[in-house]
Amino acid sequence: MELFDLALIWALIIGFGVIMYVLMDGFDLGVGILFPFAPSEEARDVMMNSVAPVWDGNETWLILGGAGLLAAFPLVYTVFLPALYIGVFLMLAGLIFRGVAFEFRFKARSSRYLWNWAFAGGSLLAAFAQGAVVGAYIQGFNVENGVYVGGALDWLTPFSILTGLGLVAGYALLGSTWLIMKSEGYIQEWAYRITPPLLFSVLTVFAMVSLWTPFVDITVFERWFDKIHVIWVLPVLSLLCAWKIFSAVSKRKEGMPFVATMGLFIFTYLGLIASRWPYVVPPNYTLWDASSAYGSQLFLLLGLLFVIPVVLMYTAWTYWVFRGKVKAGEGYH
Amino acid sequence: MELDPILLSRIQFAFVVSFHAIFPVFTIGLASFIALLEGLSFKTGDPIWERLSKFWIKVFAVVFGMGVVSGIVMAFQFGTNWSNFSQATANFLGPVLSYEVITAFFLEAAFLGVLLFGRDKVPKGVHLFAACMVALGTFISSFWILSANSWMQTPAGIEFVNGVVYVTSWSEAIFNPSFYYRFAHMALASFLTGGFVVAGVSAWYLLRGREVEANRKALSMCLWMLMVAAPLQLFVGDLHGLNTMEHQPAKVAAMEGNWETSTGVPLLLFALPDQANQTNRFEIGIPKLASLILTHEWDGEVPGLDVVPVDEQPPVAWVFWSFRVMVGLGMLMIFFALAGLVLRKGGKYARSRWFLQGLRFMSITPFIAVLAGWFVTEIGRSPWLLYGLIDYQAGITPSLTGGMALFTLIGYVLVYALVFTAGVYYLMRLLYAGLESEESDHPDDAHDRAKRPFSAAHVPFEVDPKEVERLSRISPLDGGR
Ligand code: HDD
Ligand code: HEM
Ligand code: HEM
Repeated sequence: MELFDLALIWALIIGFGVIMYVLMDGFDLGVGILFPFAPSEEARDVMMNSVAPVWDGNETWLILGGAGLLAAFPLVYTVFLPALYIGVFLMLAGLIFRGVAFEFRFKARSSRYLWNWAFAGGSLLAAFAQGAVVGAYIQGFNVENGVYVGGALDWLTPFSILTGLGLVAGYALLGSTWLIMKSEGYIQEWAYRITPPLLFSVLTVFAMVSLWTPFVDITVFERWFDKIHVIWVLPVLSLLCAWKIFSAVSKRKEGMPFVATMGLFIFTYLGLIASRWPYVVPPNYTLWDASSAYGSQLFLLLGLLFVIPVVLMYTAWTYWVFRGKVKAGEGYH
Repeated sequence: MELDPILLSRIQFAFVVSFHAIFPVFTIGLASFIALLEGLSFKTGDPIWERLSKFWIKVFAVVFGMGVVSGIVMAFQFGTNWSNFSQATANFLGPVLSYEVITAFFLEAAFLGVLLFGRDKVPKGVHLFAACMVALGTFISSFWILSANSWMQTPAGIEFVNGVVYVTSWSEAIFNPSFYYRFAHMALASFLTGGFVVAGVSAWYLLRGREVEANRKALSMCLWMLMVAAPLQLFVGDLHGLNTMEHQPAKVAAMEGNWETSTGVPLLLFALPDQANQTNRFEIGIPKLASLILTHEWDGEVPGLDVVPVDEQPPVAWVFWSFRVMVGLGMLMIFFALAGLVLRKGGKYARSRWFLQGLRFMSITPFIAVLAGWFVTEIGRSPWLLYGLIDYQAGITPSLTGGMALFTLIGYVLVYALVFTAGVYYLMRLLYAGLESEESDHPDDAHDRAKRPFSAAHVPFEVDPKEVERLSRISPLDGGR
């Protein structure tokens, strides 16, 4: 009786929203993570100015992720949040401190170093918590009758700590390649220098996660090593992107390192989805089990189809208004 | 001692949402005021409008920033602490909250940037457009969130099957019975908040003789608006109460402190509700007035708390006193709005000391009234999350322990205390600097031009003791002329 498989369409939309969030908030969190290592206080000014125009809009994708899950896959929302209760709190606390640090740092004189730390610490905490969520998702959740029944710290395991560190490194890489694009002079040179070591640590952690993942859960193992071989194209593409980043940095290209890093993220993300598809609350619930009522999914979809293109248009327009290099000692005018 | 996760979650929700609520209620009103100033500037070209607008945009930026960070917390509260409730109501609340994000939050975030920092980057008309879009965004946001809240108070357009809500009519659910009243009441509350804050700050500057011409204009505009909004709020509030009596009689009974359904009920001015004995101590009231207000008849029948079983009664004293605080402050607002009208003759409103001093004090009252109003609404529906269908017990997250809830509650209190102190400190700094700070700008200061909400404010963070001294030495001109 139902005309379309709305659950599938919604999985694509949420998937799109999540990767939008990861890429967009990823680079501005990454800039925060790199903050303590910046070559000078002036460089910190430039770093902050480069993300200041856009971070608020970037974070709105996170809110859309939360509300969209509640609307389309309530089971995901009501299992993830209780299971990650403490982790979610840490992430929110990180985002709050980071958000206000943006605002207060430039006004501070003697206490400026405090806001430097709040910005860096908040970004680090938020990135780590998000990475740990990925690990927790791969591990699966202790759910009975659609209700989370595990403990408060089940999500925190050696595996999720590793994925947490992986995302920290990944965001830092997004941040450094973003800076290559937006800065110049000695700041850009610094960003070029730190990119290869960052890329190397990202690849190390990604390799460890990839080797470990199949053993965390037997179904993931079978997915990769049993029959389906097309999905192997994803890690291959990821590696290609990594090589592209490396060569672009050696050739001192300005835009390509960032683009290739986004590619690295996208293919790794698709690989992750391929590991667990179609389970959205592993190990037992598929996206069809987790769906809300057909009518509710339809009601929101109709509006979304009209509104999201408009949102993307005016978001692109603001990026365009504030385009170009951020110069030291100048900022935006 | 056993820690009760339900009680702690209620306290936590009330704390974070009350903290969040004080920012939007101000920014909604202020956004419209700024759009008006921008419009006047665009139309007349008189530089005074642009100066006023620039100043209030700085204040707006600080408050908006705090609204955003506290709002992000709200988006996750339902799932972390009330997961069973979220699961049961997702079919309605999910789409409604998502519509809020895509129609309002993205709009606000994008155009806010242009409003704050695009003055020199885009044409004047586009800048005005951005101001209008931000103002529009705040209203769209309150439309959806108040629809969600009203629907929880007066559910409609749904069927409830096996503990899960299914929407049968979207229009009935969104435009549920209490929605129009709550939306009108809240919109007016936002205008009253914006109006009284701007009026109070302008009054303070006038008392000190600073920027007299611009601040008098701002005060005058506010007083015209308040003269309409304050009395109208009484009217809308009355209709809101009548509607509540129809749908949530126990709440109205608690507001009136009325234990037994009866006729010719007095309007209590003072009472100490005693829930254990189901009666009041020390009543002072005006005979029959409550009956008259609620039924428009001297001998009309007013519902008492006996319409619901004792264990479904809300905590009466909280509701009773919060209601009196809200209405009392509302009356005070009407008084000041009318006084402004009387003093209009000969421009006395900008000189009368007692009036200006009073307005200074009035600038915090809307915040108290708004929180009191929400306490009436939210505590008055206790013990229901979805009125009559889902109570606290059924809605709580099953895996949540008292210890976890206590941990995050303390965490939020600490984090918010820090952020709030810093924010208020910074706002005070901004107000001290006043409109004049625009001229003392260092055009070569890189930091101030970055597009960050707070950096629209060109004032260093720490209060400079010397400067405070200097400002407080400026002798208030007599009568502020
Ligand atoms: C969309 C839903 C929604 C909205 C817009 C609000 N609330 Fe609410 N409120 C709830 C949904 C809710 C709730 C989920 O239903 C709570 C949580 C637990 C509970 O007791 O009800 C609640 C409880 C609750 C309580 C405690 C009641 C009690 O425990 O007896 C207070 C004091 C407030 N809220 C205050 C506010 C304020 C100041 C708001 C202004 C923005 C507000 N609420 C908006
Ligand atoms: C439980 C209830 C609420 C939730 C879940 C919630 C959620 C949120 C979120 C996530 C944000 C941040 C958006 C951004 O990043 O721009 C926000 C901001 C905002 N909210 Fe709420 N909110 C609630 C209550 C309210 C109420 C009652 C109102 C007003 C009637 C309101 C009006 C606004 C407005 C205007 C903003 C824009 C930011 C600002 O002006 O400070 N919200 N809210
Ligand atoms: C002047 C007389 C006023 C009356 C008779 C009045 C009446 C009411 C009533 C009956 C409610 C509860 C509705 C319900 O939960 O069902 C309410 C709620 C509320 N009031 Fe008032 N009110 C008045 C003034 C004010 C003022 C001056 C403000 C703020 C500036 C205000 C802000 C609120 C808010 C924020 C709520 C909660 C949201 C809502 O349910 O609309 N009220 N009011």
